[in-house]
Amino acid sequence: MRKIAIYGKGGIGKSTTTQNTVAGLAEWGKKVMVVGCDPKADSTRLLLGGLAQKTVLDTLRDEGEDVELDEILKPGYAKTACVESGGPEPGVGCAGRGIITSINMLEQLGAYTPDLDYTFYDVLGDVVCGGFAMPIRDGKAEEIYIVVSGEMMAMYAANNICKGIVKFAQSGKVRLGGLICNSRKCDNEKELIEALAAKLGTQMIHFVPRDNVVQHAELNRKTVIEYAPTAAQADEYRTLARKIDANKMFVIPTPLTMEDLEELLVKYGLAA
Amino acid sequence: MSEREPIPSPEAFRDEVVKSYPGKVGKKRAKHILVNDPEVPAEIEANVRTIPGIISQRGCCYAGCKGVVMGPIKDMVHIVHGPIGCSYYAWLSRRNQAATGDGIANFIHYAFSTDMQEEDIVFGGEKKLAQACREAYALLKPTAIGLYSTCPVGLIGDDVHAVARQMKEELGINVFGFSCEGYKGVSQSAGHHIANNGLFKNVVGENDTPVDHPFSINLLGEYNIGGDAFEIERILELCGIHLVATFSGNVKYDDIAQSHNAKLNVVMCHRSINYMAEMMESKFGIPWFKVNFIGADSTAKSLRKIAEYFGNEDLTARVEAVIADELAKVVSVRADVASRLAGKTAMLFVGGSRAHHYQDLFSEVGMTSVAAGYEFAHRDDYEGRRVLPTIKVDADTRNIEELHITADDTRYSPRRTPEELAAAEKKGFNWRDYDGMMSQMKKGTLVIDDISHFEMEKLIATYKPDIFCSGVKDKYVVEKMGVPCKQLHSYDYGGPYAGFIGATNFYQEIDRMIGKRISKLISPPWKQQSA
Repeated sequence: MRKIAIYGKGGIGKSTTTQNTVAGLAEWGKKVMVVGCDPKADSTRLLLGGLAQKTVLDTLRDEGEDVELDEILKPGYAKTACVESGGPEPGVGCAGRGIITSINMLEQLGAYTPDLDYTFYDVLGDVVCGGFAMPIRDGKAEEIYIVVSGEMMAMYAANNICKGIVKFAQSGKVRLGGLICNSRKCDNEKELIEALAAKLGTQMIHFVPRDNVVQHAELNRKTVIEYAPTAAQADEYRTLARKIDANKMFVIPTPLTMEDLEELLVKYGLAA
Repeated sequence: MSEREPIPSPEAFRDEVVKSYPGKVGKKRAKHILVNDPEVPAEIEANVRTIPGIISQRGCCYAGCKGVVMGPIKDMVHIVHGPIGCSYYAWLSRRNQAATGDGIANFIHYAFSTDMQEEDIVFGGEKKLAQACREAYALLKPTAIGLYSTCPVGLIGDDVHAVARQMKEELGINVFGFSCEGYKGVSQSAGHHIANNGLFKNVVGENDTPVDHPFSINLLGEYNIGGDAFEIERILELCGIHLVATFSGNVKYDDIAQSHNAKLNVVMCHRSINYMAEMMESKFGIPWFKVNFIGADSTAKSLRKIAEYFGNEDLTARVEAVIADELAKVVSVRADVASRLAGKTAMLFVGGSRAHHYQDLFSEVGMTSVAAGYEFAHRDDYEGRRVLPTIKVDADTRNIEELHITADDTRYSPRRTPEELAAAEKKGFNWRDYDGMMSQMKKGTLVIDDISHFEMEKLIATYKPDIFCSGVKDKYVVEKMGVPCKQLHSYDYGGPYAGFIGATNFYQEIDRMIGKRISKLISPPWKQQSA
């Protein structure tokens, strides 16, 4: 089983990209589990056709320790297995600890079955504390993909996440698999992200163009692959899925200094 | 070290200890280890972070707040917001005692905790805390409730103060919270300060009933371990001095609420409660000075100073009569014990005032304190309050709230005018006085702040004291080295050691401990087997 975590700046399109990629893999016959690690619990919405999921933490709270796997693991599009870890309301408690609890619970309940080809962790925003780093600790996830765009703050976040990976890579198996560029139609975006990837010692595994069909699919609570299987955008996600499946480039990234990062932006962004 | 080798000088001891550490650590520790000169106390490093990796005696901020200062208030319910371990280890382990009777509630033998579980960490524990308040109130109807934050509460951001406000309104009793998370500050000292602030803001002055007594005092920094406060209460009563509130041994919430109407504050444990004395003087005009009821002569001296403050002939005569009467009972025991103990040596590494106060008891039986130090005291407790303006305020101290107190609009009533204070001072009467440990210790003795386990073992092996005083963390290590160890936190199972009866108890206890030959009569397994 390959264990993949998707990180990236908040609002960059992690959940959309993850679910569409997972749909691409599942449609192709791969057995995939998605674990949403965001207290908002919206990481499996497109695969399930709505927020149909009761979270691990809510279930734990209601049922006590006596939780059955089928209460928290719901089948989604093309036999994907969908889990939402959930968490507290904003401003209360510790969402990071919640993620740790819920991943431990999944392990205890035997959610990681041998027939799985992939587990995807969709993680909230930047790496903000130990809890959110949980998927890349202790070998929970071994491959990281960072969703990024040509916007300064998205690149800054990606670089920060790389610092987190370096920290855990030294003591474990986690490696960076590549950057996924989710286009915001910035100037020279493809070149910029390719240059960033090169500096980080990794690759831009795919450039996902911007297309309104993504919005339409989301409004219909579906992935693009399910909503518009013949659309060009669906093929983009299929391509991304195949590239991840074929990926052999796993590295310990080399994060940039702030100066290097700004220089890169000037060179490819502003100077163009 | 065999007995034939010469005993190293304290300077040589210090150099050897410092040399044993890695360079940076040695450099830091060197500032905490001084060879004493009572005439010119040198500057000691104190109240700074313990170096990671060193086994320290210190406790945490929560222990200082809930465990030391607040915990002994007997008719309050003290709810610990946190995992159960924090509560368990603050459950009567300090051996504070409290008298009941006359319908006075006493809850200190209970442990109240929200018993936080993982779920409460993830989703927040405020609701559980509120529920705990309701349950405690329904079951016990306490006078007030205190809420104490443990480490995880600070991490997840539960607002204990908001819960306290809500519960105060709902239950109709005083409920107040403390942000005394264990990780704050560098030791339990931070917790003392936070507790002082909380008590001052939420309790002192809540009950304006006048105190109708000419000689009314508060006793600050006496926590009634092993019944010490009972003995002091007995003596004060004999003298005709009215004790309004003790902070906080054997005390009721209402006593503290009314304490601003006393005529004088006297301070026992300077470290844990000097903030309160200062704040009460600023807001209500109550002067304070330092006393020490540990040691029979010290007790007599303290009583005489209180009598001098009130300047009443009858009181002075009565105090003198009590002293004469009580000392008469003490001296015969003292002379007998001194005949065996004179010339023996003691080391004291404990607390923020105990390592100083107990030297009086040892010197009363002719013993010398050859090395001493505090766990969590500040420079003023070593060098005296004269160094207060020169103590640098570091980031750890800044994290603890400092209240800025001004005179109360209606209730500020200076018990002595500035002129009277100055006149008394001219005659040698010291206000707000504490000269610290170092001016009282002999020249060439060792003063070690926040002693490490390594330094302690080395100290014992080198100088072989006749008795070592510390706490439970060291006790059995010390005793395995063949040196009796008296716990001055919990008193082992003994006490009281304060006042006149306490002094007698202590002489006899030390006589028993030093005189016992048990460790010389048995050969422990580790000495029988060859390696």
